[in-house]
Amino acid sequence: MSEGKIIRVSGPLVVAENMKGSRMYDVVHVGEEKLVGEIIELEKDLASIQVYEETEGIGVGQPVFLTGEPLSVSLGPGLIESIYDGIQRPLDKIKDKTGNFISRGISMPAIDPQKKWDFNPVKKEGDKVVGGDIIGTVQETVLIEHKVMVPLGVEGTIEKINKSKFTVKDVVAVIKTKEGNKEITMEQRWGVRNGRPVKKRLAPVMPLFTGQRVIDTFFPVAKGGTASVPGPFGSGKTVIQHQLAKWAEAEVVVYIGCGERGNEMTDVLNEFPKLLDPKSGEPLMKRTVLLANTSNMPVAAREASIYTGITIAEYFRDMGYSVALMADSTSRWAEALREISGRLEEMPGEEGYPAYLGSKIAEFYERAGRVKCLGSDDREGAISVIGAVSPPGGDLSDPVVQNTLRVVKVFWSLKAELAYARHFPAIDWLTSYSLYPDNVKDYINKEVAEDFLEIEQEAMKLLEEEDELQEMVRLVGIDALSARERRILIAARIIREDFLHQNAFHEVDTYTSIKKQYLMLKAIITFYWASEKNDAEPEKLEELDILEEIARMKFVEEEEIKKIEELQNKIKDAVGKIATVKEEVGA
Amino acid sequence: MRVEYQAVSDISGPLLFVEGVSGVSYGELCTIKLPDGEERTGKVLEVHRDRAMVQVFEGTRGIDIPKSTVIFQGRTIQLDLSPDILGRVFDGMGRIIDEGPAILPEKRRDINGEPINPYAREYPNEFIQTGISTIDGLNPLVRGQKLPFFSGSGLPHNKAAAQIVRQAKVLGSEESFAVVFAAMGITFEEAEFFRNDFEQTGALERVVMFLNLADDPAIERISTPRAALTAAEYLAFDLEMHVLVIITDMTNYCEALREISAARKEVPGRRGYPGYLYTDLSTIYERAGRIKDNKGSITMMPVLSMPEDDKTHPIPDLTGYITEGQIIFSRSLERKGISPPIDVLPSLSRLKDKGIGKDKTREDHADLYNQLYAAYSRGKEAEELSVILGEAALSDMDKKYLEFMNRFESEYVSQGEYENRSVEETLDLGWKLLSVFPKKELKRIRDEYLDKYFAKFGGKEEEEKEEEQTEEKKTKEKRDKQGKEKKAEKDKEKKDKQEQEKDKDKKTRDEKDKKKKRSKKTKKKESESENKPEKK
Repeated sequence: MSEGKIIRVSGPLVVAENMKGSRMYDVVHVGEEKLVGEIIELEKDLASIQVYEETEGIGVGQPVFLTGEPLSVSLGPGLIESIYDGIQRPLDKIKDKTGNFISRGISMPAIDPQKKWDFNPVKKEGDKVVGGDIIGTVQETVLIEHKVMVPLGVEGTIEKINKSKFTVKDVVAVIKTKEGNKEITMEQRWGVRNGRPVKKRLAPVMPLFTGQRVIDTFFPVAKGGTASVPGPFGSGKTVIQHQLAKWAEAEVVVYIGCGERGNEMTDVLNEFPKLLDPKSGEPLMKRTVLLANTSNMPVAAREASIYTGITIAEYFRDMGYSVALMADSTSRWAEALREISGRLEEMPGEEGYPAYLGSKIAEFYERAGRVKCLGSDDREGAISVIGAVSPPGGDLSDPVVQNTLRVVKVFWSLKAELAYARHFPAIDWLTSYSLYPDNVKDYINKEVAEDFLEIEQEAMKLLEEEDELQEMVRLVGIDALSARERRILIAARIIREDFLHQNAFHEVDTYTSIKKQYLMLKAIITFYWASEKNDAEPEKLEELDILEEIARMKFVEEEEIKKIEELQNKIKDAVGKIATVKEEVGA
Repeated sequence: MRVEYQAVSDISGPLLFVEGVSGVSYGELCTIKLPDGEERTGKVLEVHRDRAMVQVFEGTRGIDIPKSTVIFQGRTIQLDLSPDILGRVFDGMGRIIDEGPAILPEKRRDINGEPINPYAREYPNEFIQTGISTIDGLNPLVRGQKLPFFSGSGLPHNKAAAQIVRQAKVLGSEESFAVVFAAMGITFEEAEFFRNDFEQTGALERVVMFLNLADDPAIERISTPRAALTAAEYLAFDLEMHVLVIITDMTNYCEALREISAARKEVPGRRGYPGYLYTDLSTIYERAGRIKDNKGSITMMPVLSMPEDDKTHPIPDLTGYITEGQIIFSRSLERKGISPPIDVLPSLSRLKDKGIGKDKTREDHADLYNQLYAAYSRGKEAEELSVILGEAALSDMDKKYLEFMNRFESEYVSQGEYENRSVEETLDLGWKLLSVFPKKELKRIRDEYLDKYFAKFGGKEEEEKEEEQTEEKKTKEKRDKQGKEKKAEKDKEKKDKQEQEKDKDKKTRDEKDKKKKRSKKTKKKESESENKPEKK
């Protein structure tokens, strides 16, 4: 390959001359240390390169080596349970090689080339296959059956297929195509900046249950949907992302720590192997791929990490899995874009962000969705993307927030005031929204309960009325409210404190099944309806012992949710009692 | 042999441009020789063909174009390290400024360090007892955490930092610890305050100081925290010590960064700070932490003064996004005479949950601080309400919260500069304050802990309550006697009133029922607008 020469170094940006023949977004190796970089601008024989590693010590005159390949990831068995940096270098292997700190110029295979996997063919010799067809499976972890697919663009009949133990580099099958025989290995490579193609895109219809009450009940996200969580620091974005990664009902989870704290990734690494999936009882790590590009790691790799992550997610989607991708935080990714753009001396848009920020964000979120995968068996897969946004000062007019809201369908707005009152998750129920209830309505009515939406709307109405009433209380005092209005306040407070508030660190409270959520909310609304029907005095309502039982509903274990169901009658009785008392007094 | 370039082409602010250079690399250290023989240090910020942009740490005053010469050193800025650095004082570039002997280096490290592999990190989970209730009880600090002080000018953050240095210890262990103190742009007086404090407590020989005072070159502030952290990393991960790093004041650091950015004519981000401020700050803060299979740790407490006490200013804002929480100092608490004036509501320690609980502090710790927070927050709301409407308008429960809030501030938050409360004392104090509430009100605490602790600290209170109750009864009886004559009258009035209200209620209820039925069919928003006029 030809060789360029560096003429300029400015932070992560390197400009080299004599780069004729190179293409945009090709990977190059910079300097004697062979740092990984990517071409982001070409001008005559000059190429601007963003370097994914610290450039200190790189100087004018040093060489640049071309590879002729775009930035790609390796896809194959061995991805699950891995932890990678932004350009898919395995951090655990790097530690073995270079110690506790990340040195420069390390190149490592992303997937262990030595490890042998049990390959089970599902097609036999003589079968006709097209790109995307599954030819065999590998049990990658207890939870994930890795499906080996025919690479895109390959079409023909299987000439040979073997059942045995293979490494990812071994040939598992030979396909006879028009262009001649093609050898198939389990490992494939794919450029991160191009989405993997699908047969057809479908509208999302299934809810992605997360076990988080405020999300599942009020602001649900669909499988194949997109959501964003903007909020100031300390409002619990990362905890929400972790909770979703832990409990979301997805088959594969890709978690991207993009420009965030190193300790947070350590937390995930420590916790996930210990936490058990509520459905299968297996460690959550067995379905998770982690990407960690912490804030102190090179900024250009942060830009790439988002694409690396979604490409891996697409690969599992193509196998027919429902994948959830969490990106924490997309603001850091946007800042990386801004930094590179600034170094390129591009004309800045809003707040110094490049003018193409909006289209980049939209492009990323559009890679989510429910799809019919390529291949002849019409399997369906989905990627749900949940992106955290960290706007400066929690200001939602920030360009990253605004551009994100333009494309995502769910908005969980985090509020500092709620966080200060230790109301977690600090999702503001008045400003958040979800556009999926219509999509998932049928499913919920069928699978959960017919009156689910009615209950939910009643609860939301109470919360909205509470907000207005609170304003009045602030102006004229609680005594000015009628008994009915005060009952609303009581009911809304119960919804807030005993339903919306959820403790992520409590063993039971951390996850609530949708069935339990429904019963809990139903109990609260039953309480409200009963108090309304019996015209109960607010003071007496507040003193009811049943309130304590309502408050403890969240700590009822999943196996015992019958208790909550039984609570409804108890509530009716208890509230009924104070109604009669009142009638006596009134008489 | 090093080439000496006498080819300065232009000078702008802290930047120097040298022409005709070759073989210069990015980030390289260089020495600038002035005509009068003075030597200064610089760093290459950019190389473009034969032109190098150099940032001069000590400022460009006195540098001229024709005679000044530049020598490129072929290496980045490095710090000499050996166990002897303990007890010594350095300047912002890591040069010795006390009278002591030169350091015989065991190791020489680039002050920029390398990022810790996230995979190699050990999660911080060892509780550090600082003896300050608002930190230990509500925002616990753990080893390897970075917990900044968000303060303002004139607030006693230095005292609090010094108190932590004095009192910090890990429960049940005596291990070698060291303090690295980095000062950027603070006054001599402030630096002297710390030095005296370290001296008095006998900690001085365990302290490494990196001083860049207010009258030292501003650009040197860029390297000060990096040099300090390089020393800290050496002490922590080579010598396996527990290192507490105090960096003050980060605001001055950011200002120096802005100065360079402006001189480079970069596209500014918010408030003129460079767009890469976040990345730059994280390369400092993220150097805190623990590493697997290594006993040492770096715990960082940066101090930054928020301009105009504004938490959304880019410096505190970006810091908050990187650090694991923040301790916020409040001017209004300071005015109330509460010291340390730590505003607990917006303060936060993100790592608290891993550092507390059974076997670490006490099982009830997490539930207790959740409850204290919620109660204090509600007390604050009650206070706001009483400011607008007067205390009379508060419900009995709100009054209780208000009382709790006041006692919380004066007994829990406020504590002496030399008062070292154990975590047990802090927790007990929390229970004591909570005992004013009925048990039912404490929803954030698990039953088992309520059963175990509430009576223990509320027992006394309950007796008091009984007394109160009996007193109340007495007064009630009194009132009853007095009001007996009026009672009949009153009863009648009451009845009338109730009947009236009942009618009214019924009417409104009927109306609302009707509307409800209607609104069920119509959409939510419409029903809202219908409901609104009724409430007036």
